[in-house]
Amino acid sequence: WRRNHRNTSCVIMSNNMQFMLLFSRQGKLRLQKWYVPLSDKEKKKITRELVQTVLARKPKMCSFLEWRDLKIVYKRYASLYFCCAIEDQDNELITLEIIHRYVELLDKYFGSVCELDIIFNFEKAYFILDEFLLGGEAQETSKKNVLKAIEQADLLQEVRYVIKPPWEQ
Amino acid sequence: MALKIVKGSIDRMFDKNLQDLVRGIRNHKEDEAKYISTCIDEIKQELKQDNIAVKANAVCKLTYLQMLGYDVSWAAFNIVEVMSSSKFTYKRIGYLAASQCFHENTDVIMLTTNQIRKDLSSPNQYDTGVALTGLSCFVTPDLARDLANDIMTLMSHTKPYIRKKAVLIMYKVFLKYPESLRPAFPRLKEKLEDPDPGVQSAAVNVICELARRNPKNYLSLAPLFFKLMTSSTNNWVLIKIIKLFGALTPLEPRLGKKLIEPLTNLIHRSFSSRVLIFICFGFFKLAHKKSFSDVIVSLCYITVLISLSSGMPNHSASSVFLRISVVKYLGLLAMSKILKTHPKSVQSHKDLILQCLDDKDESIRLRALDLLYGMVSKKNLMEIVKKLMIHVDKAEGTTYRDELLTKIIDICSQSNYQYITNFEWYISILVELTRLEGTRHGHLIASQMLDVAIRVKAIRVFAVAQMATLLDNAHLLTGNMQRNGICEVLYAAAWICGEFSEHLENPVQTLEAMLRPKVATLPGHIQAVYVQNAAKLFATILKNQEGNTDSTAAQETSQMMIDRLPLFVQSANLEVQERASCILQLVKYIQKLQQKDVEVAEEVSALFAGELNPVAPKAQKKVPVPEGLDLDAWINEPPSESESEDEQPKAIFTKEEPKHSRPRHTEVDEKELARRREARKQEQANNPFYIKASPSSQKVYQEAPGVEHIPVVQIDLSVPLKVPGLPMSDQYVKLEEERRQKERAEKKKKEKKKRKEKRSGRGKKHDSGPESEEDITPAHVVDIVTEEMPEKSSKHKKKKQKKEKEEKEKKKKKKHHHHHHHSDGGGEESVQNGTVEEEEPLTFLVFPLPRKVCDIQGNLQDGSQVVVSVIFENKSDSFLKSMEFNVLDSLNSKLQRPEGSGPHDGLTVPFQLPPGVSNEARFVFTVQSIVMPQKLKGTLTFIVKDSSTHEKLDFKLHFTCTSYLITTPCYSDAFAKLLESGDLKSSSVRLEGVNMPFHHLLARICFHHHFSVVERIDSCASMYSRSIQGHHVCLLVKTSGQTVSIDAKCDEPTLLGNVLDEIKQTFSQC
Repeated sequence: WRRNHRNTSCVIMSNNMQFMLLFSRQGKLRLQKWYVPLSDKEKKKITRELVQTVLARKPKMCSFLEWRDLKIVYKRYASLYFCCAIEDQDNELITLEIIHRYVELLDKYFGSVCELDIIFNFEKAYFILDEFLLGGEAQETSKKNVLKAIEQADLLQEVRYVIKPPWEQ
Repeated sequence: MALKIVKGSIDRMFDKNLQDLVRGIRNHKEDEAKYISTCIDEIKQELKQDNIAVKANAVCKLTYLQMLGYDVSWAAFNIVEVMSSSKFTYKRIGYLAASQCFHENTDVIMLTTNQIRKDLSSPNQYDTGVALTGLSCFVTPDLARDLANDIMTLMSHTKPYIRKKAVLIMYKVFLKYPESLRPAFPRLKEKLEDPDPGVQSAAVNVICELARRNPKNYLSLAPLFFKLMTSSTNNWVLIKIIKLFGALTPLEPRLGKKLIEPLTNLIHRSFSSRVLIFICFGFFKLAHKKSFSDVIVSLCYITVLISLSSGMPNHSASSVFLRISVVKYLGLLAMSKILKTHPKSVQSHKDLILQCLDDKDESIRLRALDLLYGMVSKKNLMEIVKKLMIHVDKAEGTTYRDELLTKIIDICSQSNYQYITNFEWYISILVELTRLEGTRHGHLIASQMLDVAIRVKAIRVFAVAQMATLLDNAHLLTGNMQRNGICEVLYAAAWICGEFSEHLENPVQTLEAMLRPKVATLPGHIQAVYVQNAAKLFATILKNQEGNTDSTAAQETSQMMIDRLPLFVQSANLEVQERASCILQLVKYIQKLQQKDVEVAEEVSALFAGELNPVAPKAQKKVPVPEGLDLDAWINEPPSESESEDEQPKAIFTKEEPKHSRPRHTEVDEKELARRREARKQEQANNPFYIKASPSSQKVYQEAPGVEHIPVVQIDLSVPLKVPGLPMSDQYVKLEEERRQKERAEKKKKEKKKRKEKRSGRGKKHDSGPESEEDITPAHVVDIVTEEMPEKSSKHKKKKQKKEKEEKEKKKKKKHHHHHHHSDGGGEESVQNGTVEEEEPLTFLVFPLPRKVCDIQGNLQDGSQVVVSVIFENKSDSFLKSMEFNVLDSLNSKLQRPEGSGPHDGLTVPFQLPPGVSNEARFVFTVQSIVMPQKLKGTLTFIVKDSSTHEKLDFKLHFTCTSYLITTPCYSDAFAKLLESGDLKSSSVRLEGVNMPFHHLLARICFHHHFSVVERIDSCASMYSRSIQGHHVCLLVKTSGQTVSIDAKCDEPTLLGNVLDEIKQTFSQC
């Protein structure tokens, strides 16, 4: 019977990564991606609590913490915290690797990325993330391929982006 | 018209774009909210325009505002508009906004179906890609159903970019619309061999996630994954595959053996990369399943451990990436995973783990604590707890301190105080813990005190002395009374002193302590216990003083009771009031008798006579229900409001809980209550039996005659004082050490003697070596609550005290049918009891779990197979090996044996069982006819390692007809067609006196008998199930009052009859 019970609890479980948050040292949210359906109110509550908990930790402490029934994996890059929530049976090191890979991608795309790049081009940061992860799973492990896809999509966008005023047409 | 376009464009040039908005927000730090509200107004204006570029810009800004926490759900429709733009630029923004803002309940999602379908089939791969990405965030069951086919087609798209996304999103679709799994699976499987590595890894990802939920269905893919594992070089894929095997190996033990070699290769191949640790982790997951070779486990274990102890990862590539703290954390995590299988190797690193308790990082400390729990033994318990106590003193932050406290208690009390050899030590630890400031766990300590005092008879004298000191120094514990959870301890202290008052050295003094005026500030339920136990103490005192010729002492005690009790009679707490007034009258009566020199002690102590015996959790079941008593029937009509207050789970310590349940209750009729209160006051005012307008208890204390003259010094110290007279637990550690040494010496002496007797010629020096677990005899013995009634348990105890390691294997076999567990009186409960029974050296829990080995491709070849999984749990202290499982085949059911073995050969169980370990094995049975239930007899033979004796255990496997049914969903039209076809034989059954809501009834049938509900109309429901051989079973369940009638149809009448019998049985036993 216990076994059956465990199975039902597995059904509730959805996927690898529950959500990813980027926030600054001051606790300002810079990017959020949710892979589980939650109401806005819940999202806000989780974000608030989590940002507080992570910011309270000292710099040399380890990158993992248990929070509610989730495992939180975070890493700080310059002034930005990258923070992911995974489930208990998931591997924290892969998640750390995913975070690192995402930072590398941002770095390549923006050319030594800084917080301001992400603030002012937040939609680009999202596009890159979406090319890299899909539904919480890593969809492309090759950095080159991710960047190629983004560049080509950008090209498509740039061509049409220039909206000429009617008198120039 | 032209003018309008021109105007629009000119306006646009002055519009804010996203960058402007961000800059604006940064420039308006002081009045951000105001600035944003003007921005939102602008955005609303922009959204009203026809120009799609303007709209897209507005939506982009909204997405940003949404992240800042502003509600943008009002713009959902505009987002859809932008999504449906034909230009990629805007479409991309639209989908991004949708993926951020939409959730399952957004109603406009319904409008997007056709747009998404169009985008999915767009010739431009980026259009398709954007749509897929967006869909992954907001897919709903409806969208999944409507688009499943389109996405499935995309899985064979020419571009790998699209294939990859389509494969990944299929997982989301499966979650939302599980019916799509069956048709899509063959194609998904194909993708495992896709030429593009990205697609391949996506397919591995999806199948791995699916297999984690239901590994059985994916066993057939093992060879394919095996091939992938040996050929793939992509570490991400490898990790996923190892994870998948982690889920599969428990089902197929042979797989574990096969994996060792390729995994070892992998380790060597990736030794220099950081992936090493990932792979290690894969192993740990496998090792956890216990089917893995020790070599591998210790290999990875050592790798991580070296990194842990040296503080530096042993591969330079990762040192940049992994901080020391990270490695430490992972090391501890790894250890906790191996602890279950290889406790010895972890225990040798005890010091290292204890060091981790000093770490600044709470994550690491908590991990280390977890490990300690599994590491304690009789030998090291005192040492570990001593270290923990030091940490308790040092710990800052109440959460961590509370965690430590609970862990200490957990560690000590685990498996029936198995590791405690000296209970005096434990009591003093508990007393030391009471000095903790502001802990929430007072009730935990209290319940431990009670438990130990009740169950360990030998400790009572000591415990009572300790509790008396606690009561005497109660003011130290209750510094700031109201928020202090620690005062719960006084509850236990008062009760223990009262109940075992015959052990008290100075009962009068304790009685005095219990009746101090300050007690009135304690919480009500504690006061109540004080009052009641004061009476018990009083009885004891009377009894002690009876013999004395001088009766003044006894009379003084009575006078004290009479003086002090009125304080409690005026308590606001009903319980306290009631008990106090009752006892007060009693004492007054006794006083009268005393003055007449009547001997009363005997009668008074008769009030509290009788010893309290521990009662087994299942004891109630042994009391037969008297005839004619229906426990489920209402005695009175059920009250209209649910009285949740009465149903608190922790009846003793109700202090925290009721607060939550009460407000709801009172809010409902606040006015009504006020009215009633008024009425009651009126009534009381007129009632001569009521004490009018009673002042609060604190006031009483001040007004009590004589008391105000005593200068009361409030001792409210923030630093916890050491309670005088309490022994320190440390000294017990020393004592224990001495005791053991003495024991050892004695033993040595005896041994020497023996040797001398045997061969008196040679007096060789002999070192007994390090003492083993068995050598440590406990100083006190716990009363173990067994299933049996108390008399019997004492017999057991004696046996235990002898401590003879006689291998008289008294075995107990427990059999549970997973669908019958409630009829067995709650499977869980009996399992729990199984673990309590230490006297039973072995307990086998047999769980037949007949299940068809499902094949996803709908291949019904194995319709005659039933898998039985059996959990073996070793409850003895010895190592068991060479287990063989054998079943006496019947004509109908046969155990599947490997080729070449005879029909009566047993199957070797593929593992050995160290003491206290359980493991599961699966056995396949071939069943020819499934229409009748069956019982198979079997035996399990094994060798006990210590004594090398062969042992045998008989059991029975019960295959019910229900176990051949598989829950299969059925649509109502298909169901109707099935009924119309007329091939089905019908039968019916009536159940009387079923007293449960209809949906419970249905849920019960579904759960226990593997049916699914097809349709439910009011109190009537149709249900369906299918046997592994494809028999249809249809039920029509109707209920009226307490009668349930089930009309059933099935193409096999015998099967139907048996299933109905089983259903009937389920309900007759509930």
